[in-house]
Amino acid sequence: MLTKRIVPCLDIKNGRTVKGVNFVDLRDAGDPVVLAKQYADLGADELVFLDISATQEKRKTMHDMVLKVAAQVNIPFTVGGGISTIEDVDDLLHCGADKVSVNSSAVKRPELINELSSKFGSQCIVVAIDAKKIEDDWYVHLAGGTIPTDIKLFDWAKEVEQRGAGEILFTSMNHDGTKGGFANEALSKLTDLVNIPIIASGGAGTVQHFVDTFTKGKADAALAASVFHFGEIEILQLKKELKQHNIEVRL
Amino acid sequence: MKLTIINYGAGNIKSIQFAFERLGLHAVLSSDPEEIATSDKVIFPGVGEASSAMNKLKHSGLDQVLPTLKQPVLGICLGMQLMCNHTEENNTEGLGIFNTAVKRFSNAVKVPQMGWNTINNLKSDLFKGINENEYMYLVHSYYAEQCKESIATTEYELEYASALEHNNFYGVQFHPEKSGVTGEKLLKNFIAL
Repeated sequence: MLTKRIVPCLDIKNGRTVKGVNFVDLRDAGDPVVLAKQYADLGADELVFLDISATQEKRKTMHDMVLKVAAQVNIPFTVGGGISTIEDVDDLLHCGADKVSVNSSAVKRPELINELSSKFGSQCIVVAIDAKKIEDDWYVHLAGGTIPTDIKLFDWAKEVEQRGAGEILFTSMNHDGTKGGFANEALSKLTDLVNIPIIASGGAGTVQHFVDTFTKGKADAALAASVFHFGEIEILQLKKELKQHNIEVRL
Repeated sequence: MKLTIINYGAGNIKSIQFAFERLGLHAVLSSDPEEIATSDKVIFPGVGEASSAMNKLKHSGLDQVLPTLKQPVLGICLGMQLMCNHTEENNTEGLGIFNTAVKRFSNAVKVPQMGWNTINNLKSDLFKGINENEYMYLVHSYYAEQCKESIATTEYELEYASALEHNNFYGVQFHPEKSGVTGEKLLKNFIAL
């Protein structure tokens, strides 16, 4: 049976992980390659690298990092942050990334999704959506959640699927950083609405939150950063507990 | 031993090359029929859309060369699908090495299937040291129908052939190069064939 996926996310700036990490036996916590390898060995199903430097002169550094990760890590990984052209994607895939994630650039020019999926295949095109619930509606936000738009989450999700996205990475800005659980109501609605996998992001704090997002939220994968980086939740233990809740995971 | 990855512009070639490097083997990338034909082992990768991949293969004449190879050949993902008779993806004729058809999952399930799923009914030296129910990483919207040449099955919507074998030809729907330790075992087994 296809398993639910646990996906640690690493924020990268100038080739280094931004937030600190707190792993035992990990000397250089800032090296994304070391960290990625560690996560793969600990049972992560996939990894996401988010380049938050995202300026042109830093691209080369990112490419070097992607090459090193691809050389050393034996599980799939996605690279996102500042990707806006076919060339950007071509470069990253050539360096060994398995998937790329586009966000603001797709909102600004939705045809980008069609172009990327027809050139590289839907399977490697993840559309990341940052949205915030304002009164009763969810609105898409850009540039790391700093710029609001009047685009509604569910309309946009449907559109990105139709344009050829292979997966949606949905981050609830209301939940992100709160450690109070994922946006399960919206996630469940997304799964009912589209027929591509949904990655839940924002709000992970406890094991129960993961259980809830896979059951109530019907998510296909769950992404988290700090709970993994700081050792608050250990991936293998998390997966064992998910298994006890009859959630299919790879152990 | 000379290991060659067919480079026809439709593959995640880097990942496969890296995976062999982690096993201490250097794989050559090539689109030269002569070089491919004289290799000890051949990897036929593929990611993307079937008809354009097939066109690229025809363009370089490799569609003629591939079925004549005598050494072990491993098709991965779309590579495996193109080795079948036919695929529903843009109604594309395959190389006809595996006597089965490739169909699309219905919308009763999420498409693509993306993630880790188990392999069962293992029937080949390719799976030496790999147990029933071990996990492999898959990303695909089309699947090979069950057939006599099936050497592994996976369930997603239905039971399909997730690996195939015919004489010296092998095909896997999953990505051994991205399937952790289990995938590495399979690549080692292929090299040992």
